[in-house]
Amino acid sequence: MADRSGGVGVSGAILQDYVATSRDAGAGAPWLGALRQAGLDRFQAAGFPSTRDEDWRFLNLAPITGTSFRVADTDAAGVTRAALAPFLYPIPGVITLVFVNGRFAPALSDRHALPRGITLQPLAAALAAEGELVRRHLGQYATPVQSGFTALNTAFVADGLFLRVSRDTVLDAPVHAVFVTHSGADGVATHPRNLILVERGARAAVIESYVSLGQSAYLTNAVTEAVVEDGAYLEHTKIQRESERAFHVGTTHIRQGRDSRGLSFSVSFGAAICRNNLDVVLDGPGIEAQMLGLYMGRDRQEVDNHTSLLHAHPNCGTREVYKGILDDRSHGVFNGKIYVTPEAQKTDAKQTNRALLLSDAARIDTKPQLEIFADDVKCTHGATVGALDQASAFYLKSRGIGGALARKILTYAFAAEVLEEIPYEPVRAALEAVVMSRLEARTEG
Amino acid sequence: MSSSPESAVEALVNREYQYGFVTDIDADTIPRGLSEDVVRLISAKKQEPAWMLEWRLKAYRRWLDMKEPHHWANITYPPINYQDVIYYSAPRNVKPLGSLDEVDPELLRTYEKLGIPLSEQKLLAGVAVDAIFDSVSVATTFKATLAKSGVIFCSMSEAVREHPELVRKYLGSVVPYNDNFFAALNSAVFSDGSFVFVPKGVRCPMELSTYFRINSADTGQFERTLIVAEEGASVSYLEGCTAPKRDTNQLHAAVVELVALEGASIKYSTVQNWYAGDSEGKGGIYNFVTKRGKCAGHDSKISWTQVETGSAITWKYPSVILQGDRSVGEFYSVAVVNGRQQADTGTKMIHIGRDTRSTIVSKGISAGRGNNSYRGEVKVLARAANARNYTQCDSMLIGNRCGAHTFPYIDVQNPTAAVEHEASTSKIGEDQIFYLKQRGLNTENAISMIVNGFCKEVFKELPMEFAVEAQKLLGVSLEGSVG
Repeated sequence: MADRSGGVGVSGAILQDYVATSRDAGAGAPWLGALRQAGLDRFQAAGFPSTRDEDWRFLNLAPITGTSFRVADTDAAGVTRAALAPFLYPIPGVITLVFVNGRFAPALSDRHALPRGITLQPLAAALAAEGELVRRHLGQYATPVQSGFTALNTAFVADGLFLRVSRDTVLDAPVHAVFVTHSGADGVATHPRNLILVERGARAAVIESYVSLGQSAYLTNAVTEAVVEDGAYLEHTKIQRESERAFHVGTTHIRQGRDSRGLSFSVSFGAAICRNNLDVVLDGPGIEAQMLGLYMGRDRQEVDNHTSLLHAHPNCGTREVYKGILDDRSHGVFNGKIYVTPEAQKTDAKQTNRALLLSDAARIDTKPQLEIFADDVKCTHGATVGALDQASAFYLKSRGIGGALARKILTYAFAAEVLEEIPYEPVRAALEAVVMSRLEARTEG
Repeated sequence: MSSSPESAVEALVNREYQYGFVTDIDADTIPRGLSEDVVRLISAKKQEPAWMLEWRLKAYRRWLDMKEPHHWANITYPPINYQDVIYYSAPRNVKPLGSLDEVDPELLRTYEKLGIPLSEQKLLAGVAVDAIFDSVSVATTFKATLAKSGVIFCSMSEAVREHPELVRKYLGSVVPYNDNFFAALNSAVFSDGSFVFVPKGVRCPMELSTYFRINSADTGQFERTLIVAEEGASVSYLEGCTAPKRDTNQLHAAVVELVALEGASIKYSTVQNWYAGDSEGKGGIYNFVTKRGKCAGHDSKISWTQVETGSAITWKYPSVILQGDRSVGEFYSVAVVNGRQQADTGTKMIHIGRDTRSTIVSKGISAGRGNNSYRGEVKVLARAANARNYTQCDSMLIGNRCGAHTFPYIDVQNPTAAVEHEASTSKIGEDQIFYLKQRGLNTENAISMIVNGFCKEVFKELPMEFAVEAQKLLGVSLEGSVG
C-alpha cells in the first residue's frame, strides 16, 4: 500500500505549464494557498501514476499525461438551458447548480429557499463565507498523497459544490450539481472540487453530473469529499456522460461515522478514458453502506472503476454491486478492495461484479480484492465475466423473439438490475433511455 | 469461556518442530558464494556435457542483470545475501547402488525418522521412490518395473547424462532460463531433481513419488524437475517434503516444468512441511518456487494439488498454459499459516486454445500471526473461444492477529468465455465446536474435523497415501485453534 509513484509520467514542460497556471487558480486565505501549494509540491514530486503502479496498471494514461491541458476559460456564454435539458432530471423539488468549465454559472442554475440549517453554495463562495468550516474539512479526506490526480486537483482548488446539512436537518429533495464543459473546449482541463458535510442525524442526497455539450477532447479531474457524521444518511449519485473524446478522472471519498448509512451510485457512459475512484471509510461501528455501479463502453472507450472499502470498526454491513457492458473494442477495469482491520469483528461485506462482453474485441480486467485481519467476519465476493446467457437467448427465441431483439432485451435487463435501484424515478427513466439508445445504435454484426 | 481450548491451541501451536533433527553425514560441500566459477564447478562435479554448462552460464549471466522482485508479493523478509549461500552439497558416499544394503546406514535411519522406510516402501502400494537427500539422488526403486513399460524415472543429473536428447528438447521449454529472478538462479545452479518421461500411449503403472529433504546447514536447495507425458500418456507424481530445524533461513528456489502432449494427462501433488521457523519467525525455509505446466497438445490435462503447511515463506504459483484446444487445467490448494508464517500462493490459468477449461479451488487457513494471500490470474486470450473457468477461494481465520488476503486477477479478451470467481471468509463457529463436543469429541478433535471438512474438496484430489499424510500435517499445524 506504500505510495511508490515516482515522478514519472509527466514531462518537464507539461509540469512547468501546470506550475505556472496553478498560480492563477485564484486568490484566497493563506491556508488555502498552503493547501494548493501542498498539492502542487506533491504533484511535482510524484507526477501522474503509471501502469507501474498497482492501482493504475490496467489503464494507459498516456493520452492524459502526454497532453499539456490549459486552464479553461470561465465564459458561460454559449451554454443554454435548452442545451442542458437532456442532462437534467425533473425530480420534484430538485435544486440544480450548474458549473460551466468548472466555474459556477448562476444564470443556468435553479435555486430556491432552503430550510434553516442547510448551506448550499458554490465552493468559491463558501471559501469566503464559511472559511473556517471549509478549512477544517477541505483536503482532509482526499489527500494529495493518494494520487497525482488528487494532488493536481488540490493545486487547482477553486470552485465546485459546497453543501452542509446541519444536525438533525433533512434535505428533502436532492441537490443536482451539473459540471458542463462547453463545446470547442479541446485541450482544456477543469478541476472541480466538492465538499459535502452531513452532520449528526441529518439527511441529504446529492447527484453529480459530468457532461459535455460537444465532442471535445478535454480533461475533467474532479474530487469530492463527503463526511457523513454519526447517524446521518447520504445518497450520492455520480453520473458521468462526458464527451466520448474526453478524459474523466473522478475521485469520491466518503467518510462515514457511527450508525450512519450511505448509498453511493456511479454510472459511466462517456469519456474516451474514464477512471472512477471511490473510497469509503467506515469510521465507526454499526454503519451500513451500499456501493452500486454501472458502466458501458463502446468503440475504444476505457472505463476503469476502482473502489476501496475500509472496515475499521465492528458491526458494519456493506454491499457492493458493479456491472459493466463492453462492446466493440472497449476495455473495462474493475478493482474492488475490501479491507477489514483486526478490530472490525462481525463485519458483513458482500461484493459482486459482473461484466458482459458484447463483441470479440472487448476486454475486461477485473480484480476483486479482500484483505481481512479479523476472524469473526462474513466476507464474500463474486465475479463473473461472459457473453449473454445462451439458455436465456434460447428461451426468448422459443417465444418468437430472436436474434438482435433478444440480445437487446437481455442486455437491457442486465443493466436494469442496477439501474432500478436508483432512488429517483426521473433519473432512472432517463438513464434507462440512454442504455436503450446505445443498444439501438449498436450495429449488429 | 474457552480458556482450556485456547491453552490446548497454545500447546499445539508452540510444539517444537518434530522433524527438526540433523543427520551428521559427510557432505561434499563447495565454498559459499556464487560466481561463474561456481557454476562451472557444479557442472563439472556432475560431469555434465558442454551444452548443459552453456545453458547454466547463459542463465547465470542473465540472472546478474535481473533484480530480485520484492515489491508485489504480500510478504516481507530480510534481504538475501546470495554470496552467503552454499550452492552445492552432495552426500559423499555416492556410488552406484545395487541394493538398499549399500546405502549409508545413517541415511537410512534418517528416512526411518521421517517415516519413509525404503525397505517397506517396495511392498507398499506400488509406490516408486526416488529419494533425494540434499541435492543428489541416493536411491531409486522400482526402476525395473517402470523401464518395462518404457517410463523413464530418474534423477535430473542422470537424465542429463543418459537421455540428453530429451532433456535438451524439453528443459526450459515451459519455464525459460530467463523467466524470472529465481528461475534464472535455479537454471544456473540447479543441483538435482527428478526427471520423468512417459512415452506415447503409456499409462504409468504406479504413482511416482520423491521425497525432498534439505540437510546441510545453509545449503540453498535448487531442485529442477521435468515431467514429460507424450501423446496419450498419463502419470501421477507425488512430492513430499520435510526439513530439519535451522537457525538461519534457508533458501529454496525450485523449478518444476510439466509438458503434456496431445491427449496426455499429468497430475502433480505436493505436500510441503518444511521448517516454518520458531514462534518469533526466526529460521524457517524460504520457499520461492516456479511451477508451471504446459498443455501443449489438444485434449491434454494438467492438475496441480498442493498442501502447504510448512516454510517461513511460501511464494509460488503452480500454473497451467492451456495451449491445446479442449485442454484442462486444475489447481487445488490448501495453505496453512501459523506462528509468523507468510504465504503468497495461487495459480495462473492462461487460456490460449479453444474450449479450454480450468478449475481453481483454494483453501487458506490463517492462525497465530500468519498471513495468507491467494494471488491468482485467469487470462482468456482472444482466440480462446468458449473458455471456462471456475474459481473458488475460501479463507478461514483463527484468531485476530492473522490475516487473509485475496488478489484474483481476471483478464478476459474473448466474449464467449465464462469466468466465475467466488470467495468467502469464515471462522470456526463456537456452535459447531459445541455441537461436536456434545457428541463426545474433545475440542481438539472437533476443530480437526471442522478444518478437515473445510479442506475436503482439496484432499479428495490427493492420492490416497498423501491424503492421510495431509490430514496429519494439518493436525500438527493448527488443530485446536479457535478464536
